Formats: sequence, C-alpha cells, structure tokens
Amino acid sequence: MRRFTLIAVPYLWLLVLFLVPFAIVFKISLSDTALAIPPYAPTLDLSSGWAGLRSFFAELDLENFWFLTTDDLYWKAYLSSLQIAALSTVFTLLVGYPIAYAMAQAEDAWRPTLMMLVILPFWTSFLIRVYSWIGILSNEGFLNQFLIWSGLISEPLIILNTNTAVYIGIVYTYLPFMILPIYAALEKLDSSLLEAAEDLGCSRLTAFWLVTIPLSKQGIIAGCFLVFIPALGEFVIPSLLGGSQTLMIGKVLFEEFFSNRDWPVASAVAVILLLILIIPIVLFQRNEQKQREAEGQ
Amino acid sequence: MAQTVFAPWENADEKPLIQFKNVTKRFGDFVAIDNLTQDIYAREFFALLGPSGCGKTTMMRMLAGFETPTEGQILIAGQDMAGVPPNKRAVNMMFQSYALFPHLTVADNIAFGLKREGKAGAELDARVEEMLRLTRLTKFAKRKPHQISGGQRQRVALARALAKAPKLLLLDEPLGALDKKLRQDTQFELMDIQEKTGTTFVIVTHDQEEAMTVASRVAVMDEGQIIQVATPADIYERPNSVYVADFIGDVNILHGHASRNADGYDIAYGEGKPALHAKTTTNLGESGKCALAIRPEKISITAQKPAKVTNAIKGKIIDIAYLGNLSTYHVEIEGGQMIKAQTANTTRLERRSFTWEDTVWLSWTDTAAIVLEG
Repeated sequence: MRRFTLIAVPYLWLLVLFLVPFAIVFKISLSDTALAIPPYAPTLDLSSGWAGLRSFFAELDLENFWFLTTDDLYWKAYLSSLQIAALSTVFTLLVGYPIAYAMAQAEDAWRPTLMMLVILPFWTSFLIRVYSWIGILSNEGFLNQFLIWSGLISEPLIILNTNTAVYIGIVYTYLPFMILPIYAALEKLDSSLLEAAEDLGCSRLTAFWLVTIPLSKQGIIAGCFLVFIPALGEFVIPSLLGGSQTLMIGKVLFEEFFSNRDWPVASAVAVILLLILIIPIVLFQRNEQKQREAEGQ
Repeated sequence: MAQTVFAPWENADEKPLIQFKNVTKRFGDFVAIDNLTQDIYAREFFALLGPSGCGKTTMMRMLAGFETPTEGQILIAGQDMAGVPPNKRAVNMMFQSYALFPHLTVADNIAFGLKREGKAGAELDARVEEMLRLTRLTKFAKRKPHQISGGQRQRVALARALAKAPKLLLLDEPLGALDKKLRQDTQFELMDIQEKTGTTFVIVTHDQEEAMTVASRVAVMDEGQIIQVATPADIYERPNSVYVADFIGDVNILHGHASRNADGYDIAYGEGKPALHAKTTTNLGESGKCALAIRPEKISITAQKPAKVTNAIKGKIIDIAYLGNLSTYHVEIEGGQMIKAQTANTTRLERRSFTWEDTVWLSWTDTAAIVLEG
C-alpha cells in the first residue's frame, strides 16, 4: 500500500499537470472555430446525456491538422524553428563548455562564487533581460556606440531584428542550462585520469579529446537537450529580438491564438510541436537512464 | 650450484638507470624532498617506504614527469629529464586509484598507450592479448572497469602500464585498495611479472611488510630524506638509526650509556642495574649515549634466570597478545618500561607456560641487539 502511494504521487503529478492539459488542448485541436466564448465548438454538455456525448464526439475531426499541410507557412515555421534551435544549441555548447571547464578547473574556494555568477541572471525577470538586449543590440545601442567609438566601424551594425539577434538571445538565456550539467560532469572527473593519459603518451590536447570529452559526454548531451527543447518552442526571444523574417513556431502559435483567435488551429500547431518534442525528450530520458546505470556500478 | 646474487649496487662498474643528483623539491615553504642523491639500477625492484608526507610520492611523480625538481638533476639512462614531459618519457606509472578509463573496455584501456605509439591492427591485438594473458584477464577483455573486481582492476592498471614495455615502471601504493589476502597473492604476482618482463620497478608504499616482500632494496624515507637504503634483510637486521628500527617491524628500544668492552659495548641502561652487552662493529660518538634495539622475536622468556647469559632482565607479564601462530608478551621491567617479547606457539594454547602477572626473565644473546646512536 505504501509503495502504491509513493508511486501514485509522480503519476498524479503527471496526470494533473501534463496529461489533462494535453487532453484539453488535443480536444480543442479537433474542434472548429466559432464566434463564441470559448471561441470553438463543440463544447461538452453533459446535461443532455448519452445523445449529447455522441453528437459531441461526432463533431470532432482532424480538419485542422489537414489545414496545417495546405499552407506552407506551418512546415516552414517548424523547419526554421528546428534549425534555429539546433544552431543555437551548438553555439551555446561552444560558449558553455569552456566556461564549465574553467569552473571545474578553478580552485575549490572559487567554485561556489563562480556557480553563483552563472545562476545570478535568474534573479532578474527573463523578460527584462531580453528587453535589455534591445538596448545593447539596436542601431543606437551600446554595442554599436562602443564599436563606433573605438573606430572599428563607421556605420552601425544592423543586428537587432535579425536572426543573429535571436541566436544571441537564445545563447544568452539558455547558457546556464548548458553550463551546469557539463560542469557537474567535469567536476567529477578524476584528474589522475588525465595524468594517466599523459603518462601513456598523450599530449595535453589529445588527453582532453580522448578522456575529458568522452567522460563529459553525458553532461554535454543533457545540456544540449535542456537548451534545444525549450529553444524549439521559444516565443519571447524571436518576437522581441527577431525581425519580420524570423519564422519560429512559437510566434506562429501566438499569432493563431491571439491575433487570429483561431484556437483550434493554434492547438493543432501545439500538438504537432509536442509530437516533435517528444522524440528528443524520450532520447534525453534514455540518456539519463544510461548515465544512472553507468554510475550504478 | 652457486647462485649469483642480484646486487648491482655493489658493483662499481654498473651504470645506474636512475640517478637523483642533489634533488630538492619545494612546494612554497614546504620542503618535500631535501637535497636527495640516490641511484637505482636496471632490473631492480626498488621500494620507497615511509609515512605519509615523507616525500616518497613526490619522488615518484618527479620520475614520471608530473613534478619538476626545484633544484638538482634527475637522470634516466644517463639522460637529464629536465623539461621532458610525461608523454615523452619511457616511464609508465600505475596509479594509486588505478585511473582506469571508465568509458573504455579492459582491452581498450590496455591498448590506449600502444595506440598513442601508432601501433595498430594485428601488432596491437597481439600485444594486448599478450598483456591480458600475463595478467590473467583474457576473460574480462570486453568488460568495462566498473564491471570487474578490485583485484582485477589492479591487474588491468598493471597491464596497461606494462603494455608499452617501459624501461621503468612506477607503482604508487599499488595494493592499497586490496584486502590482506589478495594483497599477499598480488605481491608475489608482481614479483613474478617483474622477473618475467625484466622491467625496473619503483614502488611507493607505506606498508613495510609489502616493501620487505617485493623489493630488492628498500629506501626508508622521512621528511624528504632517505634515511637508509638496503636490502630488506639488512634493513631489518641492521637498521642504521632508531627511526628505521622503529619504522620496520616491532622493536624494543632501551636508552642508555655505552662504554667500549672487547668486541662491542657494555650498555648501562638504568641506575643500579647490571650492564647489558652487545657485539657490534659500529663506533659510537664520544658522548656514549646510545639506544639498544632488540626485536621481540629475539628475546626468550624463561621462568628462571638462564645461566651463562649476560643479557637478562627480570619483569612481570602485563599483557599477552595471542596472534594465532605467535604470542606477544608485554613485560614490564623494573623502572616501568614495557618490553615486547614474542614466542612461536608451538604447543597448544592450554599448555602455555606463562600467564598474566607471572614474573619472568627476558634474555637475549650478545649478537641479538643492535647498538644505535641515540
């Protein structure tokens, strides 16, 4: 009985916070738009009993999913989101790995401070931090002012409202999610392994490549998923920093919901996005499990 | 058939493989190695023995190239090793933690160093196979380090370090993580492998029994200096100082005043007590202050004072430690000092001749005790 209760807690959590909302969204995606509140039909009316229930189900169809295939906007948005998320994950890794490595190499006394510095940005609202990048990247922003003042450029660089700004925003925002798991993996690394590698004929660089990188693989994978998954559905960063040509599924989703008030199509977009995300999430879970098994010894 | 004793350090023509020349190593203010000079010869099994912090690990790490001497020179095969990084030395090390690569299989761990040399294909496989056979690991070739036992891991570490056929193999507390029984088996295995491969081994250990078992010569270290270098038997039978006598095995130390007498010294160790006599070739300084070191197993216990023995002391048995094959008697002599005497338990325990509180005589021959500067 006790065991059952213990297992029930996470399942209840999953049911209430994931499966029920998903069922509602899925149901809306099968509905049709309507000029009503809520703006879709049919709605479930239990007062009319069996007949009502049957007519309710009869009205549900896959029309909205079909609609997504007729307009190339949607699949282009999905592809573009995948591309932006994948590229910014690579950039985040390239920036995050050296930081995590430096943290792991730092003296013990410094590590809590460095860790604090990585987490510190979370103390400010995400929205404010992304907004402040507008101040940095705009034509009259700090970056351009500095570059013109230093004489490196004479004309301001156009960064804001381009995909470059979106990449900068995503890398900046999700950097801690990349650093922390990699740092956790590197911190555990036994330094005598590197000495052993050198002793057996490796240069510092080959030892890094043959020992450090493979042994921090789990951290790299975890970090990449933690950046890729939220970046794929990102809405705030592309809408604040991106331009009109920045196509991301989060933005499309927002427009369907709030500009078009087409909840059923928006829900269909969300359901597809979730299906796309399930693949990396499952892979991520499997990676975590493999790691646990490897550590289980 | 006369067997030639392996003792290159007694041969003046022999060229040492390793030479420490006035080596000093400082870490900040701390002097880890203090102006140390020592030769180690090819095919030796050389043990560095000492308490933790005595500098033995620093010496080893300097040989491997992980530390550089602050002053002085280290030569391996006549070549000055200053500025030669670890990966360019014909020296391999077996780490205390074994430092096996957890992401590689046993076979890949062994192949790691060989691949860096550019070995590949059949040549590589043959060498890995040979090392697996030597360390009896063939069955475990495909396993990962966390899937094998501690003793097996230790053998993988040894195989990996030996695979490149180094001139010199360094072993840092190699058996520390093993339980006693396995440790003893492994000690003999190590000696066997050392003989088979003809590699020079330098082993760091704080376990004197281990050093005595495996080594051709033992260097007893303290505070960055080598106190004595000798064969295990000489270290035990002829220690050059109270420190060495005390560090290796059990010993009773009697402090006293020595005066020359015939072939040795008479030692007065207490007011009004008859002097003890010890044969020795050592010459003590003018002061005559000395320490007499006697191993517990060289002391015999009798109920009556034995006749014709110069060295006999009366005492009372305070404690008996029963060790199975041996019993150690803690005997309090006049003046309160405790003397340990050991006897082999050749009879059944019930027939033991002495018990607690018995008054007994401790005696030893003129050659049993060692006269030391003290």
